[in-house]
Amino acid sequence: MVEILGLLGSGFAVVFEPQNLMLIIAGCALGLFIGAMPGLGSVNGVAILLPLTFLVPPTGAIIFLAAIYYGAMYGGAISSIMLGIPGASTAVATTFDGRPLAKQGLADKALTAAAVASFVGGTISIVLFTFFAPPLAHIALVFGAPEEFALMMLAFATFVGLGGDDIFKTLFSISIGLVLSAVGFDIISGEPRLVLWDITGFLHGINFLVLAIGVYGIGEMLWTVEEHSLGGGKSMLSDANVTVKRTLSNLRELVSTWKTTVMGSFLGYFVGILPAAGATPASLMAYGIAKQITKQPEKFGKGAVEGVCAPEAANNAASTGSMLPMLTLGIPGSPTTAILLGGMVIWGLEPGPRLFVDHSDFVWGLIASLYAANVFAVLINVAFIPVFIKILKTPFTILAPIIFILCLIGGYAPTQAMHDVWLMLVFGIVGYLMRKLDYPLAPAVLAIVLGPLAEPALRQSLIISDGSFAIFFNRVYAAPITIVAILLLCLPLFKMVYDRLRKGKAT
Amino acid sequence: MIKFTTRCTKALMFSVALAMTVIVTAYSQSAAAWEPQKPVEFVVMAGKGGGADKAVRLMQSIIASDNMAPVPFTPINKPGGSGAEALVHMNDKKGDNHTIMFTLNSFYTTPLRQPKLGVDITTFTPIARMAEDTFLLWVHTDRKDINNVADFVKAAKAKGNQWIMAGTGKNSEDNLLTDFLNSAYDLDMKYVPYKGGGKVAKELAGKNADSTVNNPSEQLGFYEAGTTKALAAFTPIRLPLFPDAPTFKELGKDFVYFMQRTVVGAPGMSTEAAAYYTDLFTRVFNSDKWQEYRTKKSLQGDLLTGDALMSYWKEERDIHREMLIKMGAIN
Amino acid sequence: MTVRTAELLMAIMMGAFSIYLMVKSAELPIGWIEREGPGGGAWPFWLSAVMLFSCLGIGYNWFRRHGRIATSEKFYIEPHVLADVTAVTVALIVTVGLFSVIGIYGALPLFLIFYIRFLGKHTWRLTITLVIAIPVVIFYFFEITLKIILPKGITEPLFIPLYKMFF
Repeated sequence: MVEILGLLGSGFAVVFEPQNLMLIIAGCALGLFIGAMPGLGSVNGVAILLPLTFLVPPTGAIIFLAAIYYGAMYGGAISSIMLGIPGASTAVATTFDGRPLAKQGLADKALTAAAVASFVGGTISIVLFTFFAPPLAHIALVFGAPEEFALMMLAFATFVGLGGDDIFKTLFSISIGLVLSAVGFDIISGEPRLVLWDITGFLHGINFLVLAIGVYGIGEMLWTVEEHSLGGGKSMLSDANVTVKRTLSNLRELVSTWKTTVMGSFLGYFVGILPAAGATPASLMAYGIAKQITKQPEKFGKGAVEGVCAPEAANNAASTGSMLPMLTLGIPGSPTTAILLGGMVIWGLEPGPRLFVDHSDFVWGLIASLYAANVFAVLINVAFIPVFIKILKTPFTILAPIIFILCLIGGYAPTQAMHDVWLMLVFGIVGYLMRKLDYPLAPAVLAIVLGPLAEPALRQSLIISDGSFAIFFNRVYAAPITIVAILLLCLPLFKMVYDRLRKGKAT
Repeated sequence: MIKFTTRCTKALMFSVALAMTVIVTAYSQSAAAWEPQKPVEFVVMAGKGGGADKAVRLMQSIIASDNMAPVPFTPINKPGGSGAEALVHMNDKKGDNHTIMFTLNSFYTTPLRQPKLGVDITTFTPIARMAEDTFLLWVHTDRKDINNVADFVKAAKAKGNQWIMAGTGKNSEDNLLTDFLNSAYDLDMKYVPYKGGGKVAKELAGKNADSTVNNPSEQLGFYEAGTTKALAAFTPIRLPLFPDAPTFKELGKDFVYFMQRTVVGAPGMSTEAAAYYTDLFTRVFNSDKWQEYRTKKSLQGDLLTGDALMSYWKEERDIHREMLIKMGAIN
Repeated sequence: MTVRTAELLMAIMMGAFSIYLMVKSAELPIGWIEREGPGGGAWPFWLSAVMLFSCLGIGYNWFRRHGRIATSEKFYIEPHVLADVTAVTVALIVTVGLFSVIGIYGALPLFLIFYIRFLGKHTWRLTITLVIAIPVVIFYFFEITLKIILPKGITEPLFIPLYKMFF
């Protein structure tokens, strides 16, 4: 313990060198803006700015990238709340309640909640990271395909309740998301699959962002065009104001959500540690659980502050968590950490079990910089909230074309293929038409994220077990997760039967 | 309104004039030695964070930090369809002087397995082979009973098809090597495909697999921590980093397999541009950073350019065709 | 078109798309492979089947006039809204189409002029300011800072001196 504190102290000494402090502030600010762009998330930020980091020594470089990572995680919530467009898959769950809050003129409340929850999530997970890294790394290591699939089932189970009233439309939405996630390439058989109309652009599959920006960006904007009916200079939000008094009352209100935030933080950290899972399933599960444990579940989806706190705490905690398998095992838990891993290799550091011993100055510098980046990111974020609110007050007919343009560029940037821009337009238009008929679209967007994680894990497990499903029930870690997932999936069914029985008795 | 229109016309005329000047200057410069004039697209035939991607980002940083080129090189990952997407993309860029690609062995196997793509790799412009990656046979160090290939064969035989070999996708390099081991030692190992070599390495370290045929770069972390050990190498001579792992050649099985790490230009690239990139990547190859990376990751293979590289491709393609026919992946 | 009609049309279209997806998935084995579990096409095939089933369910609800959407006789898209939405949609399609021809810096100003001036009815002064400012900001942020090269089409040569300046 004392030893850890000593090492942490030396890490802070590194962080508080003026150059490194500058790097943290610059990184947080840059990350915040990258994350706030629809289509650009922490992956892009880190990947694109990687070459810049060769100008500074490795410790400075990782500090800079960690700051960008954190900044982008905070920033992701901004476009989710303000525009309803998740900039990255990790921020999808934030739209569920963040967007309704913004529409009610409470964008500042949602943004404050997101920033504070992110801060709490980040802080709790860094503390856990500092003191319990090695034993947790072991769990990450033994987590194989059956455990991964069980975890994905659990993630699915927590969001079955997210659909609309029409069971067929919800089912349709989940299935189409899962089918679209299978487009491109089957890694198990090594064959191209579902290359629709034999267009080669489909070979790289359908990127989550293309669907998300399509339905949430283009689709949502068309919906708003309809609501505003173009003419006049109306703004998207009329009565959001930021005053010190209002901010203070927002903060006071947040105190009551502490349970949800802390739950999200712990959950996010543990899910984040598991390789291949990462922050997206973590934020979904946190949202699902928050809805289960709250006293007012009916408010969820209509602007519950807890619905913003839970996923935001979880996704920040998970992004710290996913650094653990990267540093200790050399296994990235998320696409962003995969890039960080690449960066470390370039700087001549070998991530893996020896890193903590051979390069302890680097590791502790990184851990200390996570503490610092978290503090700066929340400060910068809160400072910018009034600016964001001001942007929302721009007349709709000026803001709308700018958002459309950002969507188009956001669809192009990740793969730099025009094919994806066209596909995004198609999703946007069809999504708009479907939304008018009450098709819930969130399940499709979530399914396209989880599908590519779940399907290979299922098939790998079955290959290992010679096709027997028993593998999900006879392994130490897989069995309990599978059982909880199945119980959760059956919960609505139990509820229905129970309600029927009670009704029967009443009449 | 009229006033505005005239202003607009003036502005338009001005910009046209500007454009003309620019084009003229651009062309007049092309008389000198060829240099890229816009950012160069550096296509990676694999996903973000993998071995090829790491190498590309390293080369990009070497070019940028040592100011070797007047423009930035921007990596774009096109992993779709085992590189099919990247190959089609390059094919569509026929004659483009600003698109290059970093390839693996799927450069041979994907066009062989998917003739519908209409890709002929001999039309691509050879630039530079930067390295050849090696493969070794790995097991977990907790398997105290396995210390050499003979022990391995004994243990794998005992478990029959319950012996799990993790690899990177069906018909991939790892699958070719597994098939070789199965037929050479009369084994029936089960091949489980995972996404990416890093994931495969982790499955072995977490004991979710019994053995793997990873590249050194993928297993290095676990190897240095004493979690995994190398039993034998698929190389002609022993690797300096793993002096205790004999080659399969020493063990009486004449089998050698490498993964190329090569920079390729779009088909029909101008000879001046090809010469420029060849010179650039020769300098990258000779840089200290690249040489250090090669030593650390136990990479083999000398620099190969121009016609020598092309004939190397043709040879390798024939070898892979035979292997795929043997596996039954093509006929 | 009423909401009720649109509901049926959408279900039929999506049903047809599900069938297409099923056919396409069947290019890979969709059954159970001994000792290996489901084949490569099984996951998308059976999920597309669930899609088709859902569409049939939606159709059934439509037939027995069950639910808010299936009984609504209101306009699917109000006529005055239809004009706006169509205008924006067509503008987007044309803009994306122009990306590969006259480049993003040719297409975006046209889109902005159309939207801000003709749909938004803002002043020319404001329009022109934004038409110049937005592409400049985009160029700096995406191309210079982030090195994401956006499509240029035939305007490519115009950017060569800019690249020279900034890189």
